Amino acid sequence: MLEKYREERGALIPLLQGAQEIYGYLPGAAMERIARTLRLPAAQVYGVATFYAQFHFTPRGRHVIRVCLGTACHVRGGARIFEALRRQLGVEDGGTTADLRYTLESVACIGACGLAPVIMIDDDTHGRLTPESLPGILARYE
Amino acid sequence: MKSLMDPCCQRCAHRPETPCREYLRCRTEGPLCHDDEQCRKARQGRIEAVEGAAQAQRPTQNQINESPCWRLLVCAGTGCIASGGAPVVAALREAVEQRGMSSQVEIALTGCHGFCEQGPIIVVEPGKTFYRRVSAADALDIVDTHLAGGQRVDRLLYRLPGGEAVTCYPEIPFYARQHRIVLANCGHINPEDLGEYLARQGYRGFLKALAMERAAVIAEVKRSGLRGRGGAGFLTGQKWEFTAGAPGEEKYIVCNADEGDPGAFMDRSVLEGDPHAVLEGMLVAGYAIGAREGYIYVRAEYPLAIRRLQRAIAQAEACGLLGENILHSGFSFRVHVKAGAGAFVCGEETALLTSIEGNRGMPRVRPPYPAVKGLWGKPTNINNVETFANIPHILRRGADWYAAMGVGRSKGSKVFALTGKVNNTGLVEVPMGLSLREIIFAIGGGIQGGKAFKAVQIGGPSGGCLPESLLDTPVDYETLLEAGAMVGSGGLVVMDESTCMVDIARYFLNFTQQESCGKCAPCREGTKRMLEILTRITEGKGREEDLGALEKLAAVIKATSLCGLGQSAPNPVLTTLRYFRDEYEAHINDQRCPAGLCAALLTYRIDADKCRGCTLCARHCPVGCITGKPREAYVIDETRCVKCGVCLERCKFGAVIRR
Repeated sequence: MLEKYREERGALIPLLQGAQEIYGYLPGAAMERIARTLRLPAAQVYGVATFYAQFHFTPRGRHVIRVCLGTACHVRGGARIFEALRRQLGVEDGGTTADLRYTLESVACIGACGLAPVIMIDDDTHGRLTPESLPGILARYE
Repeated sequence: MKSLMDPCCQRCAHRPETPCREYLRCRTEGPLCHDDEQCRKARQGRIEAVEGAAQAQRPTQNQINESPCWRLLVCAGTGCIASGGAPVVAALREAVEQRGMSSQVEIALTGCHGFCEQGPIIVVEPGKTFYRRVSAADALDIVDTHLAGGQRVDRLLYRLPGGEAVTCYPEIPFYARQHRIVLANCGHINPEDLGEYLARQGYRGFLKALAMERAAVIAEVKRSGLRGRGGAGFLTGQKWEFTAGAPGEEKYIVCNADEGDPGAFMDRSVLEGDPHAVLEGMLVAGYAIGAREGYIYVRAEYPLAIRRLQRAIAQAEACGLLGENILHSGFSFRVHVKAGAGAFVCGEETALLTSIEGNRGMPRVRPPYPAVKGLWGKPTNINNVETFANIPHILRRGADWYAAMGVGRSKGSKVFALTGKVNNTGLVEVPMGLSLREIIFAIGGGIQGGKAFKAVQIGGPSGGCLPESLLDTPVDYETLLEAGAMVGSGGLVVMDESTCMVDIARYFLNFTQQESCGKCAPCREGTKRMLEILTRITEGKGREEDLGALEKLAAVIKATSLCGLGQSAPNPVLTTLRYFRDEYEAHINDQRCPAGLCAALLTYRIDADKCRGCTLCARHCPVGCITGKPREAYVIDETRCVKCGVCLERCKFGAVIRR
């Protein structure tokens, strides 16, 4: 992957995305290697990585739960869904359960507003949620 | 020949390797390279399967009874997949197989139909039968009753509030009043098949542009009156003219698909449902401006849109519609997809460009505008997804046709994402100038649960909340701006009496404050201070001087911020202050939240006279603060209550009182 992007302009972000795909997060060593390959200062690589919400620097759960707190979800009770998940999993926003099964995150908008309130687990979108429907959905993700 | 893009027979001379100007005409009207009635019929049949059925406004009973071949259009948009679309497709395939009808039935996955509320959605062609909330268990019934038996499956039809079933979708009120141009293909073609896009006149606008002078193409777009659909509403043709006229050989076209507005998803639906329309729009722009390269910057949160775009690009390249010397015209154009990395500010054009270059996505001061100094310092033209998707239609049908729609200086149609407490949520495309009332009540079907309308939030975090007295406001750029809101990306979030306007203002401020890139102080610090004040008010600790402070901060932030994010961040606060000042005052002066939403200002208790001791509230209370004996009155321990309101929702006897 490093080879493919060595000469390409604007390669830093795709490389970080690729590295995160491989490791599930961005270990420091990976970022340093990217910096060397692209001949960029490590500070710049870290600077870019920390700017974007998508990048993470600690190991994440096997399943990432993104709770939509967009406007449509907000007026239809998205905060209660988030609250219920927070209680159920016992982690804060951005936190990962001790068994590394789930990571809980709030996001600005998933873009499935017609189904509000919505959550996304990995790439699956679940809509028209009630706090009661959550345990059943979570159980499907081992 | 499975797709229109396949050669019809051995003699077919039109190939992607030698794409002449007649290539597309040959594929849709041909074959032109040789004379064969069989080949022509095969092509026509293919086009009719996609286009013909959609042409007829009201299907005849014959079409439903004795169609030789069926097309099941199954929505594969994110909304319908989320409501369980994938198992439906599998079940349909199996059912068709099982009944031995594979040769007569085509199951096509389409983009979003826009009526996400009713998903998963299936449309059966010919006949335009609209089935909603379909589950896998319904598959056999659809095949047996409808396809084999010629009778519609009554229980899956859409019903009017009165209970009357509507058979075909153009008659559903949600669709009947819409005017679909950008969304015309969404839900009616398979977005992963270039041939289907061609059957619906795809790439004809581009062909027409290729035959015109570059300046004439720009003049045509200018004459149409199309304005940027991403927010600011700048005249598109003028923007093109600036970039075309900027000095420098190397120029770029950028498509802004970083749809970050909470409450808007039209760009996503267009990308997922009709990706070739966006590519065609970019091609026309590339040709008119003299660019050889284009970038599409898509949010990483839209994986399906990214996949469909990449597929569309690969198909167009394979057919010689993208790449070197397109259709032997001497014009070359390549398109790259860049996935964003999660930063709302990247929707701002200068931030987006620096993000493509691989930097922190921070905006910079304009001028110089991107039209002069954009991507890698070269002249760059940036338009939003919806803007590009309008271009093919303008070229194909002419500027006059387009300009005839709309009002005043707002021409054409606009897609709105209608969400919130409204009955029919989904994507709505209407001519500019329709009133909010028509959109929310006639198309949107009014407020959920028969509650009272309170406000509509337009234009996302940059927009504002308009009250009932402004419902007859025509939706166009100028009028909305006057009212304190803006068209923005086109999010319409409807709010009812149970929404607290102070809370909504706080919600948006919280959003912009978190998404501020931090480069300029007014935006970074100012929004933080405003958020602090708003939070305090919702917690019942508001002071009398707060409202004045909010207005003062808002004015300074609007005037001094570097980019659009900061300049528009105070809008939701200003409009709520303008139209719902009494709610702020109730919070500050009376420690009361009129909508009954702000948790800190509420108390829950149980009316002992009404409580029957059914235990429902105690069993569902997440913190277990409700105690009592069955068949006796229960009690809420207010010190431990988290005010989630579950008890109120659960109680069947109206015994829980919220104040």
